[in-house]
Amino acid sequence: MEWIIGLFTGVAFGFMLQKGQVLRFEKQIGFMLLKDMTIIKFMFTAVLVGMVGIYSCHQLGWIALSPKATHVVAIVLGGLIFGIGWAIAGFCPGTAVGALAEGRWHALWALLGMLVGAALYAHIYPFIKDNILSWGSFGKITLPQLLNISPWPIIGVWIVVGVGFFIWAEKKGL
Amino acid sequence: MAKFFKMAVWSPYVAGALVGLLALASVLITTVVLDKGQYLGASTTFVRAAGLLEQVVDADKVAINAYYQSKKVKVDWQMLFVVGIFIGAFVSARLGKTQHSESVPQIWSERFGHSSIFRALGAFIGGVILIFGARMAGGCPSGHGMSGNMQLAVSSLLALLCFMVGGIATARFLYRKGDR
Repeated sequence: MEWIIGLFTGVAFGFMLQKGQVLRFEKQIGFMLLKDMTIIKFMFTAVLVGMVGIYSCHQLGWIALSPKATHVVAIVLGGLIFGIGWAIAGFCPGTAVGALAEGRWHALWALLGMLVGAALYAHIYPFIKDNILSWGSFGKITLPQLLNISPWPIIGVWIVVGVGFFIWAEKKGL
Repeated sequence: MAKFFKMAVWSPYVAGALVGLLALASVLITTVVLDKGQYLGASTTFVRAAGLLEQVVDADKVAINAYYQSKKVKVDWQMLFVVGIFIGAFVSARLGKTQHSESVPQIWSERFGHSSIFRALGAFIGGVILIFGARMAGGCPSGHGMSGNMQLAVSSLLALLCFMVGGIATARFLYRKGDR
């Protein structure tokens, strides 16, 4: 059952990624060159819709949140390293899989690289765990917990920022 | 309805909003059926897949590796989710007739030439670097960027900002030379 649900969720996600055009190398690099905001429009809309839905269901007690732990140094360092690789490859892990399905053969090499990179990380993990991961560690916290306020004002701010960004991007033709 | 699925592209706002609903549906359904809410994510699958492959060569090494053990080397919800992405994108491209056979993307060739071998090398090296960074940061643009930010996680906002800063700086350096 776990596999079937995962598979169908993935099929829907891959379908939406492809229709949204975000699998394309040009769109990914276009954002990084600040010339095309397609992937940000896509992602920001998903996040806004998701955050309203998830916090509503969370407050009704239907679902549990599962935020990732905050290891400041590892996130900043890892995030920047990810960005470097993302710009070279032109894909992220999810989009590389979809891009290959769309016919972008070079994504296959990016996927093979990811398997090698994942194995590499697993083998030097003991070092990273003892050093980088332990620095600046604050546990699994969310913005409402950090600021000690209700999530709704924060969600409101994000919606205003998001809509403002969409209007700006459309005006600029990005 | 059939017409909607056969469209070549959807507005990124429409596709994005549907992904937001999908993410919510995924957590709700898995909470009810599997008793554990699954938030969308992709990068841990590469760890599990690497572990499964490495097991073929040296099972003992995988069994004692702390990282593989913490992520559990097995076929799970997320690995099927990633397989599903392939199928979904394939079907969508077929229905919309937007398949695009490409071995060297245009922006790349303008800067680095038309060699598909050199592009393959670039994609491979980029892949090694990005998954290493994603695992150190604890997620990729799916797990951190989308799922984490939907939950207003502090870690995910920081990670997404760093993904963008790293990507923008590197892309400027790599692809912008002709413009200046």
